[in-house]
Amino acid sequence: MKYRVSDEGYYGNFGGAYIPEMLHPNVEELRERYLDIISTPSFQKSFHDLLKDFVGRPTPLFLAKRLSAQYGASIYLKREDLCHTGAHKVNNTIGQILVARALGKNKIIAETGAGQHGVATATVCALMGMDCIVYMGKHDMERQKPNVERMRILGAKVVPALSGSMTLKDATNEAMRHWINNPTDTHYIIGSVVGPHPYPDMVARFQSVISQEIKAQLTTEIGNPYPDYVIACVGGGSNAAGAFYHFIEEEQVTLIGAEAAGKGVDSGESAATTVLGKPGVLHGSKTLLMQTEDGQVIEPYSISAGLDYPGIGPMHAHLFETERAQFLSITDEEAMQAGIALSRLEGIIPAIETAHALAALDKISFDKDDVVVINLSGRGDKDLDTYIKWGKY
Amino acid sequence: MKNRLISLFEKKSHKILSIFYTAGFPGKHDTIRIAKILEEAGADIIEIGIPFSDPVADGPTIQASNKVALDAGMTLPLLLEQVKEIRKQVKLPIVLMGYLNPVMQYGVERFIKDAKAAGADGLILPDLPVNEFQKFYQKSMEEVGLCMSFLISPTTSEERIRMIDSLSSGFVYAVSASSTTGTKGSFNPDQIAYFERLAALQMKNPHLIGFGIHDHSTFTQACQYAPGAIIGSAFIAMLEKSADLEKDIHTFVTSLKKEK
Ligand SMILES: Cc1ncc(COP(=O)(O)O)c(C=O)c1O
Repeated sequence: MKYRVSDEGYYGNFGGAYIPEMLHPNVEELRERYLDIISTPSFQKSFHDLLKDFVGRPTPLFLAKRLSAQYGASIYLKREDLCHTGAHKVNNTIGQILVARALGKNKIIAETGAGQHGVATATVCALMGMDCIVYMGKHDMERQKPNVERMRILGAKVVPALSGSMTLKDATNEAMRHWINNPTDTHYIIGSVVGPHPYPDMVARFQSVISQEIKAQLTTEIGNPYPDYVIACVGGGSNAAGAFYHFIEEEQVTLIGAEAAGKGVDSGESAATTVLGKPGVLHGSKTLLMQTEDGQVIEPYSISAGLDYPGIGPMHAHLFETERAQFLSITDEEAMQAGIALSRLEGIIPAIETAHALAALDKISFDKDDVVVINLSGRGDKDLDTYIKWGKY
Repeated sequence: MKNRLISLFEKKSHKILSIFYTAGFPGKHDTIRIAKILEEAGADIIEIGIPFSDPVADGPTIQASNKVALDAGMTLPLLLEQVKEIRKQVKLPIVLMGYLNPVMQYGVERFIKDAKAAGADGLILPDLPVNEFQKFYQKSMEEVGLCMSFLISPTTSEERIRMIDSLSSGFVYAVSASSTTGTKGSFNPDQIAYFERLAALQMKNPHLIGFGIHDHSTFTQACQYAPGAIIGSAFIAMLEKSADLEKDIHTFVTSLKKEK
C-alpha cells in the first residue's frame, strides 16, 4: 500500500498537518475520530442510502461510441455529471455532513471556487438542517453568479473573500480564519483532497465510490475490472482521487491527471502545478505549490474557476513524484474545444473543468483494444456564460 | 554571548512589553527605524513578522500590512539584512515570526543559522508542527542558541501545554482567545479564567499573552496574570495612520506603560 496515507498523515514527502495551534483541537479531533466514524455500519448505511436516493448513484458508466471511434479505443465516461447538483463534489459533502453530525457540530463552513462545492455543501446543509456559510472569492462570485444564487436559494450565507486575489485560495484562507474564530460548534467541509491531514484522506475515501463503481461496472461490461487508462482533471484533485483510488495499487492501470495550463504553462497565466510548482506548505499541508523563490504563493489562472488553485492535494504530489500518475497540461483553448467536441459527438455538455480531462485524449496514442475511462466530473450548465463568451461553436 | 531573551527574562518578570510589526511596513525600509524607536520608547522585545501572501492566522490589519510589504518588494533575505542593521544599533531581543513556507523555501537550517548570525534571539513559526521541530530542528536551534516559542490557545489541553512548554525556550506564546489576530474589546470571564489557569500551571518557561492586546487596559490586565504581553495589530494600525513614526511610536508605548 505504498500510495496510501501513512499513520502520520503523509503521502511520501507530502501531506501532514501544518496548522497554527488554534486549529489543533479541531483537526486533531477529526484525525482521531474520522476512521471510527466512517467505518460504523450506521454511518455506512446513511452514506450509501443518501448516495443512492439523494445523489442518484451509482452513476452510469457510458460507452461513448462516437468518441471511441474518433480515438480508436474504447472510451467510457463515468457520469459524475449526473450526480444531484451536477458534479462529483456532492459525494464528499454527503460524507462530511454525516461526520459533522457524528462529531456533534451543527454549523458548517466551506470554501468554494466555481461554486460547485459551495452548492453541494449548501445542499447537504439544507438536507440536514444545519447552518451554512460559504466563503467565495469576490472575483469568483462575479464570474459564477448563478451558483451564488443557487447557494442563497438553498439557505446558505455566501460571504465574499476580499483578501488577496479574491479567488479560491483566499476563500480557503477566510474559511480557515472562520474556523479559528469558531472552534467548538463548527465543522469545516473542505471541498477537495487538500488541507491538513486527515482531510485529503477523508475526502479521497468519500470520492472513492467513483472507482469502486467503475470496477464493478467494467467487470459487467468487459469482464475485467481494470481499464488501461483512467483520466481525470485535477484542481485540488478530488474527482481524480476518487477515480484513481481503487486502481492506485494496480500498476497496470495508467493514471492520468489533466491540469489547467491556462494560457500556456510559460504564459504566466497558468495553474499547471506539477510543472510550475515546488514543494511548499499552504492550507495545512506540504504539497506542490506555485510560488515565488521567496515562498509567496503565486496566483494561478485558468478559464475554469474550479481548476484555479495554486496547489494540488498531497496525494497527487506523491503520485507525481513517484511517477505513478502522469500529469498533462491542457490550455484553455484545448479544453474549450474538447468541451464542444463532446457536446457534438455524444450530446453531453461538460463542465469546463471536465473538458480538460477530455482534451487529454489528444495527447495520448492509444492501441485499438485499450479501455479508457474518463471521469466526467461535472456538467456544463454552470459554464454556459464561459462557453458563450468563448463563442467558437 | 548569552541569548538576549533569556537574559531579559532573568532580569524582568513583570510587565514585559513585546511589540510585533510586519517587516517592510509601512515602508520597505521602515523595519530598521521602527526597531530603533521602539527601543528608545521602552519596549522590551521586538517581534518582526516575515510577510506572507496567505497569513491564515491573521485578521485584516496584519493581512493588509503583509500585502503592503510584499507589494513593496519585501523578502526574507532582505529582512535578514535589515536585522543585521538593527542589531548594530539595538540591544533588545529580536524575535522573528512567520509562516513556514517562506522559511522552508529559504531552507529552515540555513534560516536558523542566518537568523542567529544576523542577531535574532528567537523564532516563532506558528504552522511548524511541534513533532517536526523536535525531529529536525530542535538540535540545530539549541546549538546556535536561538529560542523557539510555540503557541498555546484556550483550547489547548493541559497535557499538550506541558509538552509545548517543554519544547519551547525563551517564552511560550499564549494566544488570549480562540481567534485570529486583531480582536478588540475587553477580556471576558472565560479568558480571565484561562489566564489564571496558565499562571497556576507553573510552566518551565515564562509566557507572554498575545492576540487581542490593544490598549493600556488590556495590556495591564494581561500583565496581572503573565510576565508580559504582545501587541501586534493595534501597533500596526497605528503605524498605518501615522504621519510621524517617531512621535507616534513614543506616544503608543508610553500610553501602554503608564502607571495609573
Ligand atoms: C466539475 C468539476 N470538476 C472538477 C473540479 C476540480 O476539483 P477537484 O480537482 O477537487 O476534483 C471542480 C471544482 O469545482 C468541478 O466543479
